[in-house]
Amino acid sequence: MQLNIVEQGDIVKIEIQEERMDAHNSGDLKEQMLQLFDEGKCHLIINLAAVRFVDSSGLGALVSGFKNASARDGSLKLCCLQPQVRSMFELTRLHRVFEIFATIEEALDSF
Amino acid sequence: MGKRVEVNITVPNQTKYLGMIGKIGESLAHSLVNYRGDRSELAYHLNVVLTEAMTNAICHANACDPNKEIRVSISVSDRDLKIKVFDQGSGFDIEKLAKLKVEKTAEGGRGIQIIFKLMDDVQYLKHGQGNVLEMTKRLH
Repeated sequence: MQLNIVEQGDIVKIEIQEERMDAHNSGDLKEQMLQLFDEGKCHLIINLAAVRFVDSSGLGALVSGFKNASARDGSLKLCCLQPQVRSMFELTRLHRVFEIFATIEEALDSF
Repeated sequence: MGKRVEVNITVPNQTKYLGMIGKIGESLAHSLVNYRGDRSELAYHLNVVLTEAMTNAICHANACDPNKEIRVSISVSDRDLKIKVFDQGSGFDIEKLAKLKVEKTAEGGRGIQIIFKLMDDVQYLKHGQGNVLEMTKRLH
């Protein structure tokens, strides 16, 4: 999975540079997040602007990051969801679990 | 599309084919001439359902065995669209999985439930040495 990772102070911005998040590539995101947590970086923003498709495996990887960040007194926030991606969060009610922002700036301001 | 169309695809038991099969489902949805609903939404849902069903077959039923295969059949009539995903595994209790309460921060367990939410009829049946997940979407 192609990821663009940029640190801004204590916050790590992860931009997913893939059209699809599914069982084929979601494990890469999970591993990358675990590496960041091991380095003590536990305030993450996941930018989903490029993602057109997400399945239950992609959602599961994000939930994994959310749980691991929370367990370390950190947080994982999402931004820039395309409408059909947002619909998957609503279908699975995960929009009630995550903090979801329209823009990366709004997500940054929320910390 | 006025006449019945059927597409049969067989791929190795690998997740790298998920995107390709999903796109075929999307293309079929866009080719439905008489469908009066939201075509883009139907296309997306077929992509999701095909992806979830194949992932289930590849990673769970077929236990990620690279020597196995996945067969997918999609047939479209004026009345409905049927997707069949054949696996070579020992099967599972689909009703139990569908009714299982998934904790809100559980990492897995949503795939089959998503299929039940997006399709009108779902059945998992024995077929030969394996099983078939049959999913139907009414078009009218």
